[in-house]
Amino acid sequence: MSEVFRLEAVSKNYTNEGKEFQALKNISLEIKEGEIFGIIGMSGAGKSTLVRTLNRLEEVSGGKVFFCGQELGELKPKELRRVRRQIAMIFQSFNLLSQRNVLSNVMQPLRIAGIARGKRKEKAMDMLKVVGLEDKKNEYPGRLSGGQRQRVAIARALAADPKVLLCDEATSALDPKMTGEILELLKRINDSEKLTIVIITHEMSVVEKICDRVAIIDEGELVEIGDVKEIFRNPVSEAAKKLVYPSNPFDPTDRSRKLIRLVFDGLSASRPFISELVEETGKKVNILSANTKSVGGIGYGQMVMELPEKEADQKIVTDFFIKKGLSVQEVKK
Amino acid sequence: MSDYIIQTIIVGISETLEMTIVSSLLAYVVGLPLGILLYATAGGRMLSNKKINFILGLVVNICRSLPFLILLVLLIPFTRFLTGSSIGTGASIVPLTVGAIPIVARMVESSLSEVSPGIIEAASSMGASPIYMIIHFILPEATPSLIFGAAINMATVLGYSAMAGVIGGGGLGAIALQYGYYRYQKDVLWTTVTILVILVMVIQECGGEISRRSRK
Repeated sequence: MSEVFRLEAVSKNYTNEGKEFQALKNISLEIKEGEIFGIIGMSGAGKSTLVRTLNRLEEVSGGKVFFCGQELGELKPKELRRVRRQIAMIFQSFNLLSQRNVLSNVMQPLRIAGIARGKRKEKAMDMLKVVGLEDKKNEYPGRLSGGQRQRVAIARALAADPKVLLCDEATSALDPKMTGEILELLKRINDSEKLTIVIITHEMSVVEKICDRVAIIDEGELVEIGDVKEIFRNPVSEAAKKLVYPSNPFDPTDRSRKLIRLVFDGLSASRPFISELVEETGKKVNILSANTKSVGGIGYGQMVMELPEKEADQKIVTDFFIKKGLSVQEVKK
Repeated sequence: MSDYIIQTIIVGISETLEMTIVSSLLAYVVGLPLGILLYATAGGRMLSNKKINFILGLVVNICRSLPFLILLVLLIPFTRFLTGSSIGTGASIVPLTVGAIPIVARMVESSLSEVSPGIIEAASSMGASPIYMIIHFILPEATPSLIFGAAINMATVLGYSAMAGVIGGGGLGAIALQYGYYRYQKDVLWTTVTILVILVMVIQECGGEISRRSRK
């Protein structure tokens, strides 16, 4: 697979009231064609700045951004505008024209691309069908729900056949049900159109649900990058652990006890592991947090538990889980 | 009040409306593009240009800070050059228009500035040119606010048109001045003032209603 974006040592500095602030520090990464790439971080980590360097809504202070082999920083305004037509974007606040109806909103990028009027309407209607809103074509955005508005924004973004879709916190203003619907829609479009999607979010659940790979940004730095499954199973950086581990604080009965985290990823969800542990080894564990869900009939999730007091017992329990093919990690408090 | 006065007032109303409407329209012909330029050339905007923005801003500020009465007098030679006369309704339209242009420009600039930066970001991300962005994104989004501003401008011009009476302009202002003030006819004074108040209210209310209806 060829790459759509390549970032080489990208950095971005702001001066705010005389104080220099580094929003991005030396970030290098590649985004491949056809993948759903997540960029996750806490708010203020620099992820929104990072995504804006991909279509040069933000100029970089150092480093280079390549889109399909072309360096964005070298483009003249007119060339940049042409390139931007291939890089669609959707936003947390939708940014639809409130004074124009749904159909007219969706037709905007087609008009910018200079497509004839009749064709524009036809294409826009096709896009509204894809997002399931063809019956709302004459409504104004103000009369639609948040989820519907984001679907209009997606239809608008995809109308002129872009190569990439950038999503800047596109689901953050939506409730969980609508978030799920939007993510499913994005996944479907990714499958059917082979569209590369870049998703900015602060929610690990969004990344888990649809991303193939993820980059974790913390205080302007790229701290971890890789397959979502791999990072979920074995987060290395502190920022990744914070995002991946259950958010409720563990409250072990004894502070000195050792905690471990088990990760289920499909193959091992339907088996009663804890019962088997007790039956086979006679050792007991205390579950502090568990979060499993069924995705297409396959279990997926994690569990944090407190191990027995004695070191020998701890080893028996850990070995048992490893033998069963589960991913085991020690959790530091 | 005599029939003659009533007749005069009726003519005055039509003159006032003529001055107000024609001057307002003409002021927008120049003020709207000027306001758009003020907006677009400001720092960080699509056509950001410090020099042009500074010069336009300076000219607009100087014109706005001149008291309208002074402007009326200052413009007499210019008015005479354009209309061949410095008195009457037609002649009043010149200073009224000139006086309204900077106000219109600032009002337009303010309406456009209200458009959410997100809309501009969306337009940029689509690869829209600055001109396209202004015509198809900024102006449509600002339309309700522009209409509301237009009503305020018209009411201001109406007020100014009354002042034009001082240097020989027509309309209700001149009547109030000549009959009400110089000849102590209080009833004429109050009648014309009341009509002016009603006209301002009608303009403001109509403008507000059109603006509300245009907001989707």
